[in-house]
Amino acid sequence: MNLRRDVFQAIADPTRRAILLLVASQAMSAGAIASNFDTARPTVSKHLAILTECELLSQEQNGREIYYHINATKMREVADFIEPFRKMWDDRFNKIEAIMKKYKTK
Amino acid sequence: MEQKTKISAEDGKQDMVITREFELPLDLLFRAYIEPGIVEQWMTSKVVKLENKKGGSYQLEKKDDNGNVVFSAGGVIHEFIPEKKITRTFEMANAPAGVQLEIYQFERLTDDTSKLTMHVIYESAGQRDQVMQWGFKQGINMAHDRIEKLAGKVK
Repeated sequence: MNLRRDVFQAIADPTRRAILLLVASQAMSAGAIASNFDTARPTVSKHLAILTECELLSQEQNGREIYYHINATKMREVADFIEPFRKMWDDRFNKIEAIMKKYKTK
Repeated sequence: MEQKTKISAEDGKQDMVITREFELPLDLLFRAYIEPGIVEQWMTSKVVKLENKKGGSYQLEKKDDNGNVVFSAGGVIHEFIPEKKITRTFEMANAPAGVQLEIYQFERLTDDTSKLTMHVIYESAGQRDQVMQWGFKQGINMAHDRIEKLAGKVK
């Protein structure tokens, strides 16, 4: 299946990661997203197209503007979504394990 | 290789189950959750209060160098069975995550290994997804940092 690789490629780009971070907190128009970057607007549009194509972002028409928002369902489907969350817990548990190995059973 | 930490979060549900097998005897795993001095080490927060009993409450706090509180969380303990089970609420101050119910089950696997099962129930499916997205955000930030470090080495 290509999806996972595509999603990974999408996330591998720093600008696209930054876009996902922006949109994760609220839906935004292409213009609003672009205004956060020094990159030329068409470049941002290209990134948005890639993120939309691999379904990490979805589009919603709102009056004249198209708003982009995180596609949580799709993100949950790909391991890349749960994985960082799992990793966070794994790190925490590893820490507990390392700390407790210094203690003795009563 | 099988992963030690597993997360199960079904689509559209408002809960998740986190499991972890530890290379620790059950009593040490349990102590990690009830001794303030130990909790402080792995939470990197100060334990303001930790009453390990039914109806007790707990409070964690982290301050920056200027004494400003940057993290504050706490809740009420509903059930406390030593080396077996803790049921508690968890709420982070100044965060829109709401209150979550956490059910911790501690199990002995062998003399040297144990298992923790955390069942976390959120106010809504949306809230659960939001919390997972924060994990995602942190995750991509971490990935970003790693990539930057690697890039720094290459230069």
